[in-house]
Amino acid sequence: MKTESKLQKILDNGQFAVTAEIGPPKHSSAEGIRHHAEMMRDYVDATNITDNQTAIVRLSSIAAGVHVQSCGIEPIVQMTCRDRNRIAMQSDLLGAYSLGMRNVLCLSGDHQKFGNHPTSKNVYDIDSMQLIYYLRRMRDEKLFFSGEEIKEHEPRFFIGAVANPFADPFEFRVARLEKKVEAGAQFIQTQCIFDMERFERFMEMVRERGIHERVHILAGVTPMKSWRAAKYIQNNVSGMIVPDELVERLKNAEDPKREGVEICIEQIKYIKENIKGVHGVHVMAIAWEEVVPEIVERSGLYPRPKVD
Amino acid sequence: MIIAQQKPVKDVAAMISNCKKVLLVGCAGCVTVCLAGGEKETEVMASSLRIMRKMEDNPLETVTYTATRQCDPEYVDMLGNMVQDVDAIVSLACGVGVQYLAERFNDKWVVPALDTKFIGGSTVHGNWEEKCGLCGDCILHRTGGICPIIRCSKSILNGPCGGSQYGKCEISKDVDCAWQLIYDRMSALGKLDKLMEFQPPKDWSKSRDGGPRKAVREDVMID
Ligand code: SF4
Repeated sequence: MKTESKLQKILDNGQFAVTAEIGPPKHSSAEGIRHHAEMMRDYVDATNITDNQTAIVRLSSIAAGVHVQSCGIEPIVQMTCRDRNRIAMQSDLLGAYSLGMRNVLCLSGDHQKFGNHPTSKNVYDIDSMQLIYYLRRMRDEKLFFSGEEIKEHEPRFFIGAVANPFADPFEFRVARLEKKVEAGAQFIQTQCIFDMERFERFMEMVRERGIHERVHILAGVTPMKSWRAAKYIQNNVSGMIVPDELVERLKNAEDPKREGVEICIEQIKYIKENIKGVHGVHVMAIAWEEVVPEIVERSGLYPRPKVD
Repeated sequence: MIIAQQKPVKDVAAMISNCKKVLLVGCAGCVTVCLAGGEKETEVMASSLRIMRKMEDNPLETVTYTATRQCDPEYVDMLGNMVQDVDAIVSLACGVGVQYLAERFNDKWVVPALDTKFIGGSTVHGNWEEKCGLCGDCILHRTGGICPIIRCSKSILNGPCGGSQYGKCEISKDVDCAWQLIYDRMSALGKLDKLMEFQPPKDWSKSRDGGPRKAVREDVMID
């Protein structure tokens, strides 16, 4: 189903897409967001705007999306199932569309235990699979989640979802991805890839089922700033795999930050050249947005295609 | 059954600090089985409170009684005479029992000595686990007999989320991922195809979101 999303046009044209991520601040000024957006503008096709990532209160993803949009980048609004019930979700989706947002990424959301409000109540009225399904129905069948008709101006989003090849049970990860595609997901961004071998096995299973022909998969990459950051993720973040070799390589590097960038560029080139079925990369330079242009350029992905 | 745990004695003492004589009521139901508010625990709680108050030079008189079930008016009625001359009633039942006492003896100060935690069962002696989310619309036939409503930290119906790793939930290495358990069981039963079926959202109006719930069986009503 066609939407007005520029990202969709690029992907449907068969061009290798580049998306990045902007994390809104823990305050009410959009200056930083705008700065990052302007810096990335010519280097990415769209940017995700995280939704209270790791359950830390931040400027809202839809509001940040408006700022990013006004700086000339297409936003991908993230929506987690943690903080809103189905009423609030739909209201925000209608609002987001009215403000010009055209892409939504549906996620479960990190548990609030890890955030700055661990004593809060989580919602999980619906899960990410159901959000995808109902978002598609809103657009294609003009129905609210309840089944009531949307008489006019239904929101027509390009629908994204996430997949984590590094979580368990591994054998079920591809099946669950397929379930998301059947529910209505049109593009997929993966969790940060550090274990390339596992990602390759995942993609092999994706191709066996022909899923790559039904959805656009964007491989998630993250440049690491230090071996400590890598080690931290390795030990503390559930659902991520960081191989020891990567930690060692950063540890032995003279300039670990440079090395992190080099590794990321190598990964992107490798994925683009060797892994069939991947239609783009999603660069998650967490709290390091400045480095995105260099990564994109040196990975041979600059300039970005023009779309009208 | 309902699993409850005792509040710290000092917290219970604080609730009755201005009382001279209290009635402590245990319950022979669930809280006896989970060792929180049975006859023995009621006696121990009474003597701890007395000792505490004695040390403060402000002695407390206690009366104890263990009801067959505090969630049943018939057994609550039996307390009748014991209640008259006490300044407060300390209930060692679940929240249901506390409320039954408060309703029946509406001129008395009734306080809870337990925190009502969840419904579940024991795994080994001294260890209890939550098993049922009381959603009012059981779906265990679709999830291999494992309740994702309460055992998945996000109540996901089309799991597992991306935080599941090595069989554990993203919230803690001590918590099993319910969806890994569901996957394993469905796989052992040769029913993995069931997990590919889209599970629609819950009708939460059958849960607490529909307001306080009632269950009626007209066929067994007496008049
Ligand atoms: S890790 Fe498993 S139990 Fe924990 S929230 Fe995710 S699916 Fe639910």
